[in-house]
Amino acid sequence: MAVDAGFMTPGNRSWVREWLFTIDHKRIGMLYLWSVLAFFTVGVFLGLIIRLELFRPGEDFVGPQAYNAIFTLHGVIMIFLVVIPSIPAAFGNIFLPLQLGAEDVAFPRLNMFSFWLYVIGGGTALVSLFTGGGAPDTGWTFYVPFSAQTTTNVSAAVAGVFILGFSSILTGLNFIVTIHRLRAPGLTWTRLTLFAWSLYATAWIQVLATPILSITVVLIVLERMLGMGIFDPARGGDPILYQHLFWIYSHPAVYIMILPAMGVISDIIPVFCRKSIFGYKTIVGSSLAIAFAGSLVWAHHMFVSGMSDTAVMVFSLLTFIVAVPSAVKVFNWLSTMYKGSIRPEPPLIYALGFIFLFAMGGITGLVLGSAGTDMHVHDTYFVVGHFHYVIFGGTGFGMFAAIHYWFPKMYGRMYDRKQATIAAVLLVIGLNGLYFPMYLLGLAGMPRRYYDYLPQFTELHQYSTYGSWITFAGLALMIYNLIRSRYRGPEAERNPWQAATLEWTLPSPPPTHNFDREPVVTHGPYDFGEVRDHD
Amino acid sequence: MTEHRDYHGAKMGMWLFLFTEVLLFGGLFVLFSVTFGRFPQEFHEASQLLDVTMGTTNTVVLITSSLFAALAVTALQKGDRRLAEIFIGLTVLLACCFLVIKYFEWTHKFHVGIYPGSAAIADWAPGKQAFFSLYYTMTGLHGLHVVIGMAVFGWVWMQIRVEKCTPEYFVALENAGLYWHLVDLIWIYLFPLYYLIT
Ligand code: HEM
Ligand SMILES: [Cu+2]
Repeated sequence: MAVDAGFMTPGNRSWVREWLFTIDHKRIGMLYLWSVLAFFTVGVFLGLIIRLELFRPGEDFVGPQAYNAIFTLHGVIMIFLVVIPSIPAAFGNIFLPLQLGAEDVAFPRLNMFSFWLYVIGGGTALVSLFTGGGAPDTGWTFYVPFSAQTTTNVSAAVAGVFILGFSSILTGLNFIVTIHRLRAPGLTWTRLTLFAWSLYATAWIQVLATPILSITVVLIVLERMLGMGIFDPARGGDPILYQHLFWIYSHPAVYIMILPAMGVISDIIPVFCRKSIFGYKTIVGSSLAIAFAGSLVWAHHMFVSGMSDTAVMVFSLLTFIVAVPSAVKVFNWLSTMYKGSIRPEPPLIYALGFIFLFAMGGITGLVLGSAGTDMHVHDTYFVVGHFHYVIFGGTGFGMFAAIHYWFPKMYGRMYDRKQATIAAVLLVIGLNGLYFPMYLLGLAGMPRRYYDYLPQFTELHQYSTYGSWITFAGLALMIYNLIRSRYRGPEAERNPWQAATLEWTLPSPPPTHNFDREPVVTHGPYDFGEVRDHD
Repeated sequence: MTEHRDYHGAKMGMWLFLFTEVLLFGGLFVLFSVTFGRFPQEFHEASQLLDVTMGTTNTVVLITSSLFAALAVTALQKGDRRLAEIFIGLTVLLACCFLVIKYFEWTHKFHVGIYPGSAAIADWAPGKQAFFSLYYTMTGLHGLHVVIGMAVFGWVWMQIRVEKCTPEYFVALENAGLYWHLVDLIWIYLFPLYYLIT
């Protein structure tokens, strides 16, 4: 019953008109959520195939070309179709206007258009697999000169990336204007939820960094189609410039991935510790600092590509600086928990998993950020371990935490809390099994992006593959629990967690028009003294 | 959903979008400056192969069209729909002129074999080849923006016809005008960089 209530109520028009052409931010957010989860599933299966091939040295069942295509596709799907849109486009769309007390985002039609661009861009990327010269085999970074020369279907894939980038820009633009213009009376900037703040910082990165990626991929296409030679040294070009342009976007992009997850965590921890967040303003400040400083460190991906020593030192130093605001947030979360009355509900379990895994990834980031140690582990499995801890352990767990936190609001039902907790624990174990051996492999010198390896790496690779199975079990249990509860779970109240933000004052699921009367905000988002349950 | 009108919100959105456009071209300007720094002499020689007269004409054409765009906004604000429509028409007409001139310029270059990957320039100095790669990329992308701008003005013109864009709520035309000024502005940078670099 509850799943068909509120904005989910089927209307009297066709499903396509009701959903695919909807301008209701909540429905658009749900569409994003489902698409992201669908692509995530595909990406996970590709990851499992990679791990199976690596179970033993030598070629087992995918050859070198297929292997290259599979990890490229895995990377493209996970980065551009899953983690970048995951939290901002899905949960941001559903909950940002609700948290602001607004009726919708500032540009509802543009919002629908962004979703369509996401679908078209994702479709284009997928089509690149089955058409032209075969699936791209460049890795998700599309480095020249290889990407300019390979006969595989790189042009279609980067066209997809271009369209997805445009979708991301428009979402960011929409959120900035929404936050500036549509806050309810009384909702001052310092009463904004930390989730909204994190979306605000993210939106600026989306708007300012993504155009650089757009132009970079346009240049790849021009290079391939018209033989422009802009990155070809024989014709006055420079391949290193490609790397600069690519990372000027893609390093800030990792903050597009992580900041919203941090926002979710900052919203969840106070609720389950019944304490106001420790250092609200420091958290806001650190989000903005990350957005700003994160734009200055791109060249730490290029320490070994032949920059001047001065440049290497400067970028190494800047990278250390950008780690500070992230660490500040971790201390803020832990201080919030200190002496709180902690309720270990699933959203909090996922949040704790986030903090642990993110710290594991962040600390190894410093190893990569110091030029000296990076020389040793660059392009090894150490890097693969690092970014999976941060994006799977960080953004992935942030998304899982968000799903478990807002599930009752979205569907009006509650999931099985015990199963959710077991799944979370399985995932933490699985991820460590999957990625920790990669650190050791990398330190031992195993290069990334190889389908084969020397026999001495076998044991660690096998641990990693076992880890991938535990991870898979955790994911399967989590998704089973959510899908089952969507139909069979017990009905949830309006505010099951006694949270103090505006979205919880609405029925679950919220009605199409959000608020009957424009809410007037009189207290901050984490003042639990003020919470009264309306049911 | 009720129709929601927010003049300041709409303007803010447009300014943000223009920012992204500046950054899009910014990437190319960075490539230009790095390559120019590396091959100043070759850029100088290559630049002399461009037709300054056509470039200058086009600059004048585009600035004039920008003026008409601004006049269209003022006309609508003052309540004169007819006049606004005429000014929009003139803007689009001049945009067409710009493209036609560009077309002649490019086809002439193609004709004498100056284009990336052509046999005629294969043994030129790398810097000279790079000049033309960047020239075609940047002016090509700019040309695409001119076409988009024309489409936007066409759409606004329709909005005025169906009275969605009115003397009371004219932000659509204003935003189209802003976009056009940006397209104009980018050209104003491209012109000296490519044509007058000697
Ligand atoms: C069960 C889950 C997963 C498994 C088993 C898995 C496995 C792997 C492996 C083994 C590689 C290394 C390929 C190589 O360098 O040869 C890889 C690369 C990669 N993965 Fe995952 N992964 C999983 C989940 C994720 C998630 C959730 C994300 C994003 C949030 C992600 C993003 C990436 C990216 C960006 C690459 C790099 C591709 C490249 O360098 O070209 N993966 N994955
Ligand atoms: Cu980076």
